[in-house]
Parts: sequence; structure tokens; C-alpha cells
Amino acid sequence: MTDGWTVLTILGLALVTVITRCFFFISSKPWTLPAWAQRGLHYAPIAALAAVIVPEIMMTQGQLITSWQDARVFAAIAGMAWFFWRRGVLGTILAGMAVYLPLHIGLGW
Amino acid sequence: MIASLVRHPAFRVGVRDMAPVAVGTAAWGLMTGVAMVKSGMSLFEAVLMGVIVFAGSSQLAALPLMIAGAPIWVTLATAVCVNLRFVVFSAHLRPYFMHQPLWRRLVSGYFTADLTYVMFTHRYPQPGPPEDAPTLRAQEAYLAGNCAMGWGSWVGSSLLGIALANAIPAYWGLGFAGILALLGILSSLASSRLRVVSASVAGAAAVAAFALPLKLNILVAIAAAVAVCLMLEKPPASLPKAGGEA
Repeated sequence: MTDGWTVLTILGLALVTVITRCFFFISSKPWTLPAWAQRGLHYAPIAALAAVIVPEIMMTQGQLITSWQDARVFAAIAGMAWFFWRRGVLGTILAGMAVYLPLHIGLGW
Repeated sequence: MIASLVRHPAFRVGVRDMAPVAVGTAAWGLMTGVAMVKSGMSLFEAVLMGVIVFAGSSQLAALPLMIAGAPIWVTLATAVCVNLRFVVFSAHLRPYFMHQPLWRRLVSGYFTADLTYVMFTHRYPQPGPPEDAPTLRAQEAYLAGNCAMGWGSWVGSSLLGIALANAIPAYWGLGFAGILALLGILSSLASSRLRVVSASVAGAAAVAAFALPLKLNILVAIAAAVAVCLMLEKPPASLPKAGGEA
């Protein structure tokens, strides 16, 4: 059943997407970032990716994993091995999933 | 205007860069679609959210709050915190977009999710000079192609997940394909020693700060990585070296 508050919340979430993604270029008042900040931002993309990925691979329920029997670790190793062997993101995904699915569904890791 | 962006050769490059990654993010979108339906949303609500919010992590953070009947401002404040990394990205993107009128900046920003930001700034490390119209045009076309591919695959897979919600068990863990897609992009960015340092510091900091609420560990990790890299950077070659060092 569709509920007015839920729809309003969803519209609000879309607005949050726009405002956060556009935050520093909504206003057209001229200003520039200091040079050190501009250089620093060149390291931001890879940092953001690592910050999202590493906990997703290395943690379970807020704790670092303690068992090596974890399908995600082996899948990540397989994916990276593929990337540095052949390049190509699609191969990374497929190689990783080829390791992940049997271990995860088959062995329950 | 859209037609001329689509015809520009850079549009296809943008599509081509995103296409292989879209396989992984589509698996993620699929699982987000499933999660929306399983949370008890109506079909209309799930489709609306899948089409207009376009931010997977904020959608997944908002779902439990909406189910629990949290006040709307709590849900929105949570989404803002989960999205704070985009505020950092927007500071980086500002010089690329400022030649556009406000409405176009808003459209460009809205469609520029994590991976488009990463690919766009990787392909164009410097913003086009304001007087160089062909370069600006190419950047716009690349961004449009990349966003079109990213948005299309995300929304399409979310809708598929909504449709197949009862046929795809969550325990398969298909969403992990999204993480592998990010891992591939991360590997392609690791082209200098400092970039590897940045990834290592950010990964460690994100784990160490994981207990922070609202995914603020991601913001802490970006800040830590950028700070460490700035400290390790060699001073720019144009500066005179102090003390006559070799």
C-alpha cells in the first residue's frame, strides 16, 4: 500500500542526492580551492573506493574477519590477479565471481 | 543539445568505459531492488525510489529507518551523512562544471555517482580551460555517456530486482559482484606509489573507524589518505630547494 509519507521521504532522498553531489557548485560565486587541497583531491577517488571496498571484504558484522575460510577474500585475490594479468574490469568481476559463488553457495564460506 | 552530446565521439568512450563495470553494479542494483521489495514497500514506492534516488548506499541506509517508521528528518539526515563523500567530490568537480548554467550543473552533479566521478577525473585530470570550447565539449560528452550507461544499468537492474524479488535469494550474495567491479576500478587507478599509499591508508582507516555511525568511516578514511599523501608528496619541482640539497 502506497503511503504519502513514504513517497515524501523518497522525494526527499532524491533531493539529498542532488544537494550532496552538487554541494560546491550550486553557488556561482567565484572562489577556488587552495592549491594544496586541489592536489590532495587527486588522491580522493582511489581513497574513496578503498574505503568502501576493504570493509566489505575484510569485515563481518563490524569485526575484522578471523577465519581464512571466507569466500570474499579468495574472490578478491582472484579478481585482482586477473586484473594484473589481463587488465579489464569485466574479467575481474567474472573471475572473482567464479571463485566466490562456489565457495559461498557450495561450501557456505 | 542532447543529440549533439550523444553524437560526439567522447560519448561513446564514456559508455565504453562504464560498460564492463556496469555488469558488477547491475548485480548490486538487482539486490537493492530485491531489498526494497522485501522491506515491504509498495510496488509504486519501490519503483519511484529505484528510478529517482540513484544512490545505492543511501537507499540501503534509509530502508530500515523507513520500515521502523523513523521521522522523515532522521531518514534524510542519515542519507546526507552517508552521502558526505559526494560533497568532497563536488569540490573536485567544481572547476569542470562552472562554465555551465545552474540547471546543467545540477543535472551533471545528480548523475555523477561514485564510479562516474572516478572515471571522469581519471580520464580528464585537469578541467578544460574556459576558452577551450572543444575540450569542454568533449568532457561534457564523455560525462554524459558515462552517466547514461551508469544510470541506465543501475535503474534497469533495480527494476529487474523489484520484478524478481521473490525469485532471487539474498544468500547467493550476487551483490558481491559490485564490490569486485569497484576492486577492478581501484586496481586500474593504482598507477603510482602514492596512489597505492592512498588506497592502503584509506582501507585501513575505514576498517579502524568502522564503528563510527552513518558510514562516516568512509569520510574519515578519505581525509586520512589525502593527508598522508600530501605529507609524503615531494615538494613541487618549481620551488627552489632549501640548503643546496642535491
